Amino acid sequence: MRRVVITGMGIYSCLGKNLDEVTKSLYAGKSGIDIDPARVEYGYRSPLTGIVERPLLKGVLDRRSRVCLAEEGEYAYMATAEALKNAGIDMDYLAQNEVGIFYGNDSSAKAVIEAHSTAMQYKDTQMMGSGAIFQSMNSTVTMNLSTIFKLRGVNMTISAACASGSHAIGLGLLFIRNGMQDVVICGGAQETSYLSMGSFDGIGAFSIRTDDPTKASRPFDRDRDGLVPSGGAATLILEEYEHAVRRGATIIAEVAGYGFSSNGANISQPSDHGSATAMRRAMQDAGVMPADIDYINAHATSTLQGDAFEAMSLQALFGECHTPISSTKAMTGHECWMAGASEIVYSNLMMLNSFIAPNINFENPDEYSKHLNIINKTIEKNIDVYLSNSFGFGGTNSALVIKKIK
Amino acid sequence: MQREDVIKTVNNFLVEEIEIEENLLGEEALLKEDLGIDSLDFVDIVVIVERNFGFKIKPEEMKDVKTLGQFYDYIANKVKE
Repeated sequence: MRRVVITGMGIYSCLGKNLDEVTKSLYAGKSGIDIDPARVEYGYRSPLTGIVERPLLKGVLDRRSRVCLAEEGEYAYMATAEALKNAGIDMDYLAQNEVGIFYGNDSSAKAVIEAHSTAMQYKDTQMMGSGAIFQSMNSTVTMNLSTIFKLRGVNMTISAACASGSHAIGLGLLFIRNGMQDVVICGGAQETSYLSMGSFDGIGAFSIRTDDPTKASRPFDRDRDGLVPSGGAATLILEEYEHAVRRGATIIAEVAGYGFSSNGANISQPSDHGSATAMRRAMQDAGVMPADIDYINAHATSTLQGDAFEAMSLQALFGECHTPISSTKAMTGHECWMAGASEIVYSNLMMLNSFIAPNINFENPDEYSKHLNIINKTIEKNIDVYLSNSFGFGGTNSALVIKKIK
Repeated sequence: MQREDVIKTVNNFLVEEIEIEENLLGEEALLKEDLGIDSLDFVDIVVIVERNFGFKIKPEEMKDVKTLGQFYDYIANKVKE
């Protein structure tokens, strides 16, 4: 069977604009969350968000590329440029070799709303300008990155709510394992504008702990009161193992297993059974047992129900192993469509640097999390194998098992 | 508005917003071949012209406008109307 490895990664998030900055933030347990004044003005119930600075791309990309890039596309460009450089892949390589892309994205609300506002003002759709259509579609990230990087392989966006980025990596794994591609750019992007999250805020899903923003996201903690939205982009270069060796690439880790499931139930309520099915499948696919897992990067977003259901499924599968668990969302907030990819980058950085980043703000367990080994302070730890969970609205579940290459 | 004012405004947005190199902007420059203005760029030029000059370019009126000089003339005449 063809093995699939990660040979490059890039990150642009509220924890930092590149791998080095993010590694330091993870180790320090630094929160990227604050209050966005625009959300107060707009009428949000919660103005809390991960703070992500827009990159300046004038002078980096030509005008046509910039005009067509939505906010999340800009983040994805930054993360992908870093990942390709990290993988030793340049434009000459891309011109001579077929490289594909699967990227998670599930909205481009800011672009849609701004185009609508322009049409309402002028009563003329042409006034939206030439970039609006290319910014507004859900596939905006893949259509733009494939154009900028001149990609000629598989090219599509994966929309699967908050599991989008994880499923994108899973599909990259399957395409390479099955011999259909040798190299696939995988990742996830998430817009952070106040225009993008109003409807999510409207269902009361966000924390309103505004007195201390860095304490607001507290996965598994007894006193959690909701998630904090966040965003940016994360990219991983997936490559067939022998191909990577022949190319002389540095191998970061192996994507060993992908598991998925759908809850077949409520649109917003998670399920312990559904998530456990995805985790079991990922471990079976990777040929590992629960006892082999050195670290779990939990999906836990800091919602009452979601964290409780995940704690139940983790207890059922890993209770006897006392496996170290943390949710990096305590620092990042919930990076939604991007999270499944960013949390592989975060976990890879932990694996490469032999530490577990803390589930900050986990101060008191509840009746479900009290059984789990939740790491709330940075610890030094060798990680050979880890599991990363991502779950989303509609009951979509994805789990990935990543191994150190030996 | 005099033709010189039109030239100044048009050249300014071609350089600043469409990012065409200033040294390419001559009266005889062909919009498509010399300045590289494609159909998507032209959508943005329609928007900019409406914001700057207060009228909407009609595609049928642009049929014979091939050079930048002809484009200046077209705008100057429309502004007079």
